[in-house]
Amino acid sequence: MADLMELNYTVSNEDFTRAGEASSDVKKKLKQLGVSPDAIRKVAIALYEGEINMIIHAYGGKIKVTISENAITLVLADKGPGIADVEKAMQAGYSTAPDKVRSLGFGAGMGLPNMKKNSDQMDIQTEIGVGTTVTMVINI
Amino acid sequence: MKVIELTKLDGFTSVSLLKDTDITGVFCCDLLSVAMGKAPAGSAWVTVMANVNTLAVASLTDVACIILAEGVSFDESLIEKAKEEGIAVFKTDLPVFEAALQIHKSL
Repeated sequence: MADLMELNYTVSNEDFTRAGEASSDVKKKLKQLGVSPDAIRKVAIALYEGEINMIIHAYGGKIKVTISENAITLVLADKGPGIADVEKAMQAGYSTAPDKVRSLGFGAGMGLPNMKKNSDQMDIQTEIGVGTTVTMVINI
Repeated sequence: MKVIELTKLDGFTSVSLLKDTDITGVFCCDLLSVAMGKAPAGSAWVTVMANVNTLAVASLTDVACIILAEGVSFDESLIEKAKEEGIAVFKTDLPVFEAALQIHKSL
């Protein structure tokens, strides 16, 4: 199956004003490609939560979006501290975000659960002190 | 009810642009992560969270408009950004519940 398009983004560290730039851009491109609104919404939510996570926890990172005929694959790679307990991190409401982040309306422990809920497949590879790579696939 | 008709409601002031979009429901939430996952497309989103990420969430979820309740407001740069991104924003001094109820009654 041939890939139709590949998009690459860099998420900068601690810059909440730019959070969502990648998601907005991907959303626009998917609209132009005529992807269904339902799939676009899923991609936008999953990617935005991922962007926010990379800003809060991982000093930024890289995003690669691959659009193929019947799926969109999101790969979010960072060189952050890694996730100590993935199972716990996946629980809705569990959060290690600092108060500063909470005052902006984030850090409710909904990020990873939202990402899982909105993707058809999700895989987390993480190593303490090395980084985390989250791969999500959304069928279209 | 259309977004533009919110101007007829007592105490609601438009601070961005007016749109002809239908409002299909009302959604209240200040936690952006929850709003991100749950705000229905086409809803009027009532919140007191007024920062740049509010606009990002509104844009990504395709809500019909943002209602800033309890007298909170966006600064000039955020109002400009809302206009650029085509997001309708209203403000009101009403509390969140009252604001949502007013809209709900008019749907």
